[in-house]
Amino acid sequence: MSVQTFTPAAFHRQAHEALENPQIRANFRKAMDGLMSKRRDSFGEWDLETLRELGANIRLRALARLPDLLEQLEANCQANGIRVHWAEDGEHACRIIRELCEAREAKSVIKGKSMVSEEMHLNAHLEAAGIEALESDLGEYLVQLNEQTPSHIIMPAIHLNTDEIADIMHDKTGIERTRDVDAMTAAARLQLRERFMAADVGVSGVNFAVAETGTLCLVENEGNGRMTTTVPPVHIAVTGIEKVVEHLRDVAPLYSLLTRSATGQHVTTYFNMISGPRRAGEHDGPEEVHLVLVDNGRSGIYQDDQLLDTLRCIRCGACMNHCPVYTRVGGHTYGTTYPGPIGSILMPHLEGLESTKDLPTASSLCGACGEVCPVKIPIPDLLVRLRREAVGEGRGNVRGAGAKRSRKELAAWKGWQWLATHPGVWRSGTALAGRLRGLTPAHLGPWTDYRAAPKPAKTTLHGLLKQRRAQAAEEKDA
Amino acid sequence: MSARETILKRLRERADGPLEAPESDFAVVTGRGWTAQERLARFERWITSVHGEVIHASRDGWTEALAGVLRDKGVQRLALGHEHPVAAAARTALAGTGIELVAVDRDIESWQREQFESVDAALTSTGGGIAETGSLWLWPTPDEPRLLSLVPPIHIAVLDAETLEDTLFDVMVAHDWAAGMPTNALLISGPSKTADIEQTLAYGVHGPRELIILVRHAGTAT
Repeated sequence: MSVQTFTPAAFHRQAHEALENPQIRANFRKAMDGLMSKRRDSFGEWDLETLRELGANIRLRALARLPDLLEQLEANCQANGIRVHWAEDGEHACRIIRELCEAREAKSVIKGKSMVSEEMHLNAHLEAAGIEALESDLGEYLVQLNEQTPSHIIMPAIHLNTDEIADIMHDKTGIERTRDVDAMTAAARLQLRERFMAADVGVSGVNFAVAETGTLCLVENEGNGRMTTTVPPVHIAVTGIEKVVEHLRDVAPLYSLLTRSATGQHVTTYFNMISGPRRAGEHDGPEEVHLVLVDNGRSGIYQDDQLLDTLRCIRCGACMNHCPVYTRVGGHTYGTTYPGPIGSILMPHLEGLESTKDLPTASSLCGACGEVCPVKIPIPDLLVRLRREAVGEGRGNVRGAGAKRSRKELAAWKGWQWLATHPGVWRSGTALAGRLRGLTPAHLGPWTDYRAAPKPAKTTLHGLLKQRRAQAAEEKDA
Repeated sequence: MSARETILKRLRERADGPLEAPESDFAVVTGRGWTAQERLARFERWITSVHGEVIHASRDGWTEALAGVLRDKGVQRLALGHEHPVAAAARTALAGTGIELVAVDRDIESWQREQFESVDAALTSTGGGIAETGSLWLWPTPDEPRLLSLVPPIHIAVLDAETLEDTLFDVMVAHDWAAGMPTNALLISGPSKTADIEQTLAYGVHGPRELIILVRHAGTAT
């Protein structure tokens, strides 16, 4: 399998390539169909709308008090013995983590799943400093072995099928070739247990950071998150500043929404609540726990009343599971850390619209993402807003606003507007187009790749109605 | 200005002005009103649906059930605490059965490889259970440390039927968790699992392959 680099700027080319790859289409179609039906079943006996209302309300409350809650989180974490660090951007967060590793003379870092660490390219940063960073979530491990990036925020290796994974496990770890899932899982367990024991530092993400108690909550099924945060002598948790919630009880409904929306599970195997390093008298757990709070564009999103909704996200992935575009082109096509609808409304803020201007258009605006979002983020509205920002017709407060503005397109729409607001010109124009319909070119760019070119009708709708009215009048007179 | 000050300043001086924080109504995650029997039935249905194994025993006779499980699973080395009444009773009952009882109240550094490679099963107490999701809640202690429920391939958890509550929200409120959290608190719902290989479920990827819940009932066994 060749290693390919994906970028958001090359979205259109990448989408074409993905659409022509039957393996990718089949893998995603199968996985997304399964996830959609599992989600539906898992909310069966719940009052889903009331629960979504509560989820949205809890996230909004946390955002409304964000600066105070961050300070409260910091104070309570510190009281619990957790050291708190603040990072303006990904580069800064990487530097903080590298320095913490260097202070311990760490050579090997084991990682639990963390999308923020993907966002800031932590692995590459650590490796450049001579520190090995190994992913321990099975999906992330496979993706890393295959020198790829995750194609889904919950199921990183969803783009690979069993045969492809059998090849990776055989080629990269030297086990006997098998497509038996239990055997491959058992092999990975053995390989990673050695690494857990040897690791100097464990790096994890955070699902919810509770301000009230200074608690870091991690949601998982595998147990690698618990290993990562318990076995090595140092645990570094890294998270976006928006992940804070006010009260411990706030996590109960959010956790219910998260697992059901993500994978259709009524609960995950583990819900791990960490409120400090090993205390005197305790026999395991890390000696040091650090929390790195990463801004990386989030405080910019926070400024705008409409864009703020983006920060409610609890990273369940339901929007991508239900997205007809994501299902067809797969996660890598987007060329960004977060793919699918949430990525299309988040990445422009993180990377600027210059490179991500096509992402908000990677949607048919069917509305499925907004309907399934457990915290009711109006994703379609935000996609439209970013489309406006991209062509310079919005508030202009998004990085790279206007990057997609084109004089040609603007002139075309202005012309259209003028035509449509001048009835006389419109009528003679459309009548002329009807008469010259034979001259319509057969090839009209991408539109005619898969369709016949549309031809103007011989008579316009206006004309037809006029004829009909005249006919009716004649009949009446007769 | 430090990153901390810069970020907080930016958040406080929000361009579109301060935000209104709404009140939350938690009715949807509480007030289930289940009877003890309904609670137990739900708990059992959910935890067995994710591969947990439930064994019912009486409060007086549960150590016999434990010995039976250990025999069935071929457990030779069992890791467990000393002080908790569950561990203490198990130690007494298992003395002389030939099963080696492994002490866990020692610093992990002194026996990490032993714990990872040559312990067959772990026994822990639980704080209680959650009916709605089929979950156990555990607050690890020096007597029953964090890794005890994670590293050995079989985890046997002892749950008293009357400690079952309806929802996670109910547990958090009833026990006032917010008043003081331990260094680590856990919900466990089944053995470790993954579906990362083409959505095919596989158990025991990093943590235990098997989770056995010994449910103790007051009086005689049901």
